[in-house]
Amino acid sequence: MTLALTLVSIVVAAILGLVTRNRWRIPLFLGSCALAVYAFQPVLPVRGLDFWLPTATLAITSLTWILTTPREQRSWRINWPGAAILAGIVLALGLTRYLGLSIYLTASRPPQTLQILVGLAAVTLVAIMMTRYTKPGKAVLTSAFVFIILLFIVLKVPLLATLVSMGLRSANHQSTSLALAQDLRWLGFSYIAFRLLHTIRDRQSGRLPVVSLSEYVVYVIFFPALTAGPIDRIERFVGDLRRPLTLTAEDLGEAGKRLVLGLFKKFAVADVLAMIALNAINALQVRSAGWAWVLLYAYAFQIYFDFSGYTDIAIGLGRLLGIKLPENFNAPYLKPNLTQFWNNWHMTLTQWFRAYFFNPVTRALRSGNKPLPVLVIIFVTQVATMVLIGLWHGVTLNFVVWGLWHGLGLFVHNRWSDMTRVRFALLSPRWKAVLNVGGVLLTFNFIALGWVFFALPDLSVSLHFIRVLLDLS
Amino acid sequence: MNFRFLRNVLLKGLVLFLLFDLACSAVDPAALGKVSLYNHLFAGRQRFPFGEDSSQSYNLSLFNLDAMFASHVIANGPKPADEYRVIVIGDSSTWGTLLRPEETLAGQMEAAGLFLCGKTIHVYNLGYPTSSLTKDLMVLDYAMRYQPDLIIWVISLEDFPLDNQLSSPIVANNAARVNELIARYNLPLGPNAPALVRPGFWDSTLIGQRRALADLFRLQIYGVLWTATGIDQTYPVNYQRAQTDFNTDITYHNMQPPTLDKSQLAFGVLEAGLRIAGATPVILVNEPMLISVGENSDLRYNFLYPRWAYDQWREMILARAETGGWNYLDLWNIIPANEFTNSAIHLTPAGESMLAGRVEQITLQQSCP
Repeated sequence: MTLALTLVSIVVAAILGLVTRNRWRIPLFLGSCALAVYAFQPVLPVRGLDFWLPTATLAITSLTWILTTPREQRSWRINWPGAAILAGIVLALGLTRYLGLSIYLTASRPPQTLQILVGLAAVTLVAIMMTRYTKPGKAVLTSAFVFIILLFIVLKVPLLATLVSMGLRSANHQSTSLALAQDLRWLGFSYIAFRLLHTIRDRQSGRLPVVSLSEYVVYVIFFPALTAGPIDRIERFVGDLRRPLTLTAEDLGEAGKRLVLGLFKKFAVADVLAMIALNAINALQVRSAGWAWVLLYAYAFQIYFDFSGYTDIAIGLGRLLGIKLPENFNAPYLKPNLTQFWNNWHMTLTQWFRAYFFNPVTRALRSGNKPLPVLVIIFVTQVATMVLIGLWHGVTLNFVVWGLWHGLGLFVHNRWSDMTRVRFALLSPRWKAVLNVGGVLLTFNFIALGWVFFALPDLSVSLHFIRVLLDLS
Repeated sequence: MNFRFLRNVLLKGLVLFLLFDLACSAVDPAALGKVSLYNHLFAGRQRFPFGEDSSQSYNLSLFNLDAMFASHVIANGPKPADEYRVIVIGDSSTWGTLLRPEETLAGQMEAAGLFLCGKTIHVYNLGYPTSSLTKDLMVLDYAMRYQPDLIIWVISLEDFPLDNQLSSPIVANNAARVNELIARYNLPLGPNAPALVRPGFWDSTLIGQRRALADLFRLQIYGVLWTATGIDQTYPVNYQRAQTDFNTDITYHNMQPPTLDKSQLAFGVLEAGLRIAGATPVILVNEPMLISVGENSDLRYNFLYPRWAYDQWREMILARAETGGWNYLDLWNIIPANEFTNSAIHLTPAGESMLAGRVEQITLQQSCP
C-alpha cells in the first residue's frame, strides 16, 4: 500500500471512529470496508479484472456466510441491510464509469453496467438457492473448504495462474502471449481465504458464533487488516464490533502511537532498507561474501520492518475503530531459539496453522490404532506445517525449501532442547545470559539464511548466492 | 492520559516541527553534502553520481556539487606525494554512457599504469552527462582543490552554444556558483537568466529542501550496492544504435548556414576554464564523433551536427588554439563508425581504447615541473 493510501485510510478510520453512532457503526464499517476492497486493489492488465476480483471477494465472503450460518439464522429481515449495502456499493462503483470518478475508488474504469447487473443477478440467484436449499452440513462445508483451497492453489501456482490469465485474456480479446501469473494479483486474498477457512472449520466443529451477514463481511474484509493481517478470530472480533464504540483518550493515544510507529517502520525504515535488500538482480551482481551478508541482513530487517510496520498501522487503525486487533510480532529477532522465533513472528498465522493443521494432525497421528513414535510425529508435523506455511506464500520450489529449512530447524531445536534442558537449568545466570546471546545470534543467522530461499525466485539463484555468502564461488 | 494531554502533544509537536523547519533555513541543509560515507564506509565512486533508474543502476542524479565530489574517489584523502594526478572533464562520452567505469577514457588510462615525472599517473573521471562548457567550468573550478597535475578537457561543438550553457539541470540548480563564475570571469552569460533556479525562502526550509535531502540520503544508501556490485548504471543488452540517416534540416541551434555565429558560442567560458587551470597544464581534446554514411550524410555528420556548422567550429577552435598556444588535440575523426554505441559521441570499450591510446601519448609528453 502506498503512503497516500495509508494516510487516506487513517483519515477515514479517524472520521469513522469519531463520528460513528453505535447504531450506524456496522453498516458504516461494512460500506467503508467494501469500498476499501476496491480502492486497495492494484491495477491489473486483464480488462475489468481489477473490478471483478474485489467483487468476487464480496461474493465469496457473502456466500460463505450463508454456508456457515444455520438456516434459521439466515433471516432476510435481519440481513437485508448488509446485502443491500454490498449490492449498492458494487452497483454504485460500476456507475462511476459515467462520472469520471472511478480513478479514486477503483483501480481502473469499471466494466459496463449491464455486465455488473448480470453478475449481481447471478450472485443473488446462487445466494437464494444456497439460503433455501443448503444447511451447514459436513458435505457443504467440506465443499466450500475445498473450493477455497483450490482457488488459493490456482492463484499461488504460477503455471495455473498464467493459464487462467490466458483464458481471461482470450475471453477479453487480449493478447494471450502477454499472460503472467501476476495478472491475477488479488489483493488480500491470502488473508481473506484464511479467515473464511477459519469460519468454515469452526462451523464444522460447532465453535462458530452466530453472526449477521454484515458482521461476517466486516470481519473478513476489515480494511485495516486486509492487505497484511493480522488474522483475527471471528468470535473475538465480533465481540469488539458489538461493543459500544466510545473512543477514550487512551484509545486515541495508543492508536496514534501505533500509527506513527508503523508509518516510521514501513515508510522510513523498511522502504530505505528495500533499496539495498537482497533481490533477484543484486544476488547475481554482488562480488564479495561480506557485502552479500550486508544485502541479506538488509533483507531480513526490511521484511521485518515492512511487515511489522503494516501490523502496527493495522492495529492503530483498528484501535481508532474500536477493534483491538491481535499482535502479530513480538521482537522475533531477539528470541534465542527458532521455536520462540515462530511464537513471535507473524503470530496470528502460526496460531492459525497450529489450530487448524498442526494440532489436528498431531492428534490424528497419536490416536490411531498403531500410533507413530513421538519423534516421528514431531518431525512430520513440524516439517509439514512449515512447508504449508511456505506454500501459503506461493507454490514454488523455493518456498518449499524455505519451509523445509524451518521445519528441520524446529525439529533439531526440539531435540536439542530436550537433550540439554536439564543441564542448562544447572548453569549460573551469567552462563545462561551468554548462551542466550549466542542463541539469539545463531537463531537470527539461521533465519537470515532461510530468507535467501524466500527472497529469491528460484533455486539456482539461491544456491549461487549461498556460495557467494560462504565465499565458495 | 486524557484529551488535553493529547491536544498538547499535537500542538507541541507541530510547534517544534515548525521551529526546526525554519531553523533549517538558517543553516542550509545542502551543506550536508560534504558529509559522506563514500571513501570511508563505501568505496569512492569512479565517476559522478548520475542516473534515472536508481533501483537498477544504484545511482542517481543530484545537483549538490559538494555531495557529488564527496562521493567521488578523488576525495579519498590528501593527494599522495608519488601521484601524478590527471583529471578528465567532459560530457556523457567522458562520463561513459553504456561503459563500465574501467572502460571509460579515464578508466582505460588508469588501467594502463603509466608513470610521469617519477610518479604514478592516476586518472580521475570528472565527466558529467550534459553538454555545457559552463558545467565543465563549474566542475573544474571545484576540482582545482584536489590539486591536479594535468587537466584533460574533452570538448565538442555541442558544449559551446550559449543556449546550452545554463539549461542543464546541474547548472540551473547551482545558480550561486554559476553567478559567481559569471562575475569572476565576466562570462558572456546572463546572471539573471530565467534558466537559473533561484531558491526562495521556503525553498531553503526543511520542507523546501526535502527532495535535495532525500537525494543526499539516497546517494549514501546506494553506496552499499555500488561497493557491493561495482555497478553505477544500467547496461541494456539491446539499445538503439546511433542514427545514421537524416532529413534535410541543417539548422544548428537556430543558426542557419552559411555562417556559424561566433557570438553565439561560449569561447569565453572555455578561456575562463584555462584561467582557472592557471599553471596546471590543460589538454583540450576535440572528442571523436560518428561520421555517418547514410541518407543525407552529405549534409550532416551525425544527429548532432550539420557539416557546415561543425566544419566552421573546427576551424574556429583550431585558430583560437594556435593563437592562444593551447595544447589542443583534434581527434574528431579517429574512431570508425562501428565503434559508436547509442549516440554520435558514445564509444564502445574498443573505441575508448583507441582514444585513450592517443591521449596517453600526449599525456606522457608533458614536461615535468
